[in-house]
Amino acid sequence: MKHVDEYRDGKLARDLARRIAAEARADRCYRFMEFCGGHTHAISRYGVEDLLPANIRMIHGPGCPVCVLPMGRIDDAISLAKRPEVTLCTYGDLMRVPGSNGSSLLKTKAAGADIRMVYSTLDAIAIAANEPERQVVFFAIGFETTTPPTAMAIRLAQKKRLTNFTIFCNHVLTPSAIQKILEASDPDAVEIDGFIGPAHVSTIIGTTPYQRFATEFHKPVVVAGFEPLDVVQAILMLVRQVNESRAEIENQYIRAVSAEGNRRALAEIADIFETRESFEWRGLGEIPDSALRLREPYAQFDAERRFTIVTRPARDNPACECGAILRGAKRPRDCKLFGAACTPETPMGACMVSSEGSCAAYWAYGRFRDRETGLQRVGAP
Amino acid sequence: MNKYEPLGRKLDLRSGRVDLSHGSGGRAMARLIADVFHKAFDNEFLRAGNDQSVFDIAGGRMVMTTDGYVVSPLFFPGGDIGDLAVNGTINDIAMAGAKPLYMSASFIIEEGFPLADLARIAQSMGDASRAANVPIITGDTKVVERGKADGVFISTSCVGVVPAGLYLSGDRARAGDIILLSGSIGDHGVAVMSKRENLSFETQVLSDTAALHDLVAVMVEAAGASIRLMRDPTRGGLAATLNEIAHQSRVGVRIEEAAVPVRPQVAAACELLGLDPLFVANEGKLVAFVAPEATEKLLAAMRAHPLGQDSARIGEVIEDEHCFVQMTTAFGGGRIVDWLSGEQLPRIC
Repeated sequence: MKHVDEYRDGKLARDLARRIAAEARADRCYRFMEFCGGHTHAISRYGVEDLLPANIRMIHGPGCPVCVLPMGRIDDAISLAKRPEVTLCTYGDLMRVPGSNGSSLLKTKAAGADIRMVYSTLDAIAIAANEPERQVVFFAIGFETTTPPTAMAIRLAQKKRLTNFTIFCNHVLTPSAIQKILEASDPDAVEIDGFIGPAHVSTIIGTTPYQRFATEFHKPVVVAGFEPLDVVQAILMLVRQVNESRAEIENQYIRAVSAEGNRRALAEIADIFETRESFEWRGLGEIPDSALRLREPYAQFDAERRFTIVTRPARDNPACECGAILRGAKRPRDCKLFGAACTPETPMGACMVSSEGSCAAYWAYGRFRDRETGLQRVGAP
Repeated sequence: MNKYEPLGRKLDLRSGRVDLSHGSGGRAMARLIADVFHKAFDNEFLRAGNDQSVFDIAGGRMVMTTDGYVVSPLFFPGGDIGDLAVNGTINDIAMAGAKPLYMSASFIIEEGFPLADLARIAQSMGDASRAANVPIITGDTKVVERGKADGVFISTSCVGVVPAGLYLSGDRARAGDIILLSGSIGDHGVAVMSKRENLSFETQVLSDTAALHDLVAVMVEAAGASIRLMRDPTRGGLAATLNEIAHQSRVGVRIEEAAVPVRPQVAAACELLGLDPLFVANEGKLVAFVAPEATEKLLAAMRAHPLGQDSARIGEVIEDEHCFVQMTTAFGGGRIVDWLSGEQLPRIC
C-alpha cells in the first residue's frame, strides 16, 4: 500500500533500533510517555517494544478519549438514549463502555433504545434531516482532532435550520492533561524523561502549545506521526535530547504538523466552543480548563441545555489501578482486576474500555510477555 | 490451569439481553454458545466444538452441518446471499475433508420483499448448487410481517460423506504442525462493507465466496491423514479461527504477518475503515494444519488448484499452555492476535 508501507518498513525499523541501542546510555533508564492512544496502539500492534533496549520504557499515557470519558457522562448518554423522542448517534467505540450500573449503550440498544453507530458527524446530520420527528443527539467526544468535525456539524445544522439536532459535548484538551500529569505529586509516580507528542491533535493545534512543557518543566517533547517508524524515530530523537540535556519541542511529523496548526479549524473551534472551568477525566480526576462546551449563541444545539443534563459523579471500582497506570506508577499486570474481572469484554476501568487504552492494548497484543519476564499474576478473586 | 478465563465472565441469564457482540464470531459468541446452547443440548458431538459433526452409520461415516445467512446488503460485489448460503454451508462440510452430497434451504421472508429479488437469489442458489454438484433437495418457506425481518434470511443444511481413514477435527493440532492458508484474507468482508449505505466507497474488491470441496478433495488426495484439520475463517476472520483451534487443541500458534496474503485494495480499505484484515470475514478460504513432513506436497497441490493459487505457509503450532496466537509483525516485533472483542462488522454473512 503506497504511502503507508514506507512507514512500516521492517528494515528501516531495525536500522533505527540499532542506532537507539548504540546511543542509549547503559548507565541510565529512559522513561518516555506516549500521550496518545494512537501511539499506544501502534507500539502494541507492531511490537515496537521488542525493538527497544531494556532500559527504554514506554509509559502509555491517557490520550484515548473513550478511556478518559468519566462514567457519569456514559450514564448521561444512556439516559438520553432512553428518552423515547431521542435518537442517539455515536461512534462505535463508545458502544461497549460500561456505565456506573453495568449498563452500556450496546445493552441499552438491545433493550430497545434508538442508538445508531455513525462513522462521521455528517451521518448524524443526515439522520436529523431525514427524520425531523426525531430528536437527534450526537455523542461528541475526542481531543482537538475531532472537535472541528463537530464544529462543522453545528455549522451545517445551522445552515439547514435543523431544530432537532443537538450535540452532547465531551471534547477535551490535550495540553491541560499533560500539565496535570507533570504536576502530579504522586510518590509512586515515575519521573518521565520526555513525551512523544500527539500526532493528529498537533495537526490542529500545532506544536506551540507544548512549549511550556520544555521551558517550565524541562521536558523534551517530540511530536510524532502514528506510524510505527514515526514512533521509533521519535524515540531516537528523545534519547538524543536526554543525552544532551536538551528540553525542546521537536517535530518528527513535519509531513502534517506545523508550529501554528490549522488556523481555520482553530478559529472555528474558538467561535463555537468555550473552555469549561473544570472537567473530570476518568483515571486522572478533575482537571481545570481541560474541556469544551458550546458558547451561548449555539445553545440551541447543546444537548446539555435542551435536555437539562446534570452529570452525577460515578466511582470506579476501588481496586481499579487505572489512575496509577495512566501516570506510569503501575503497569497493567500490577492491577489485580486485569485479565480476571477486567477484560475487553467486561472492562472495569479507563485503560480497558477502548482498544487504545494501555490495559486493552497490553491485553490484546502484549500479554504473552508476562511469562518472558517471569512475572506471576494473582489469579481471579 | 489457564491463568486467564478464555471466554470471559459468564452470561447473566436472568436479566441480560442478547446484543450484537453475541453474533460476531468473537469471544462473546463463544460464551453465548457455551452458556446457552451447549448447556441445553449437551452431547459429545457439540462438545467437539467444530463447525460440523461427523457420525457413524452402517458402512461409513457421514457429516452434517447447518448455517444461517443474514448478510446486509443482500447483493454485494462478487456475490449475493444466495450463493453465500450454498457455498458457506458446503464449506463447513468440506472442512471435515468430506464430500458434500445434498442440501436443504429454509427462507424467512419479510412481507413486501420484491419477488424479482427473491427470484434472483433463488437463481443464484441454483447456479451455485449445480456448479458444486450438491443439489438442494428439500426446503421451507415462511413469511413474516413487514418490519419483523430485514428482507430475507436464509438457513441451509448439508450432509456429506467422510473418506475412510480421515479424521479432521479442531482438537488435533500438535506442536510442530505447519499452518497453510489458501489465499488472501479479508476480501469478502471488505466487498460487503463497500456497499453499506453509510459507508459506500469505490473498490474493485469482490467477495471470495466459493465452494471449497473440490480444493479439499485435491488436498486429501495429496496429503490424506497427514492433514490434522481444516477450517474456513469466516466471521471473526483468520484471528478467530486460529484462536478457536488453539483453544480446542490446547496449543499455541505462531504466525508471520509478512506471510499472510492481503490484497493491496483490501489493506487500503481496512486502513480507511480502521479494521484489521486478520479479523475480517472470508467466504472462500481455508486454513489447514498439517504434519510438517507433508507440508510441501500439500502446498504444491493447493497452489495447483484455481482456488488455492495464492496458498501460503503462514506459521506453525507451538506448545503453549495459555493457547496464545502470536504473530511476528512485518515491522520486526511480536504481538498477540486475540479474538475480536465486541463486534467489528455486524451481518457480514
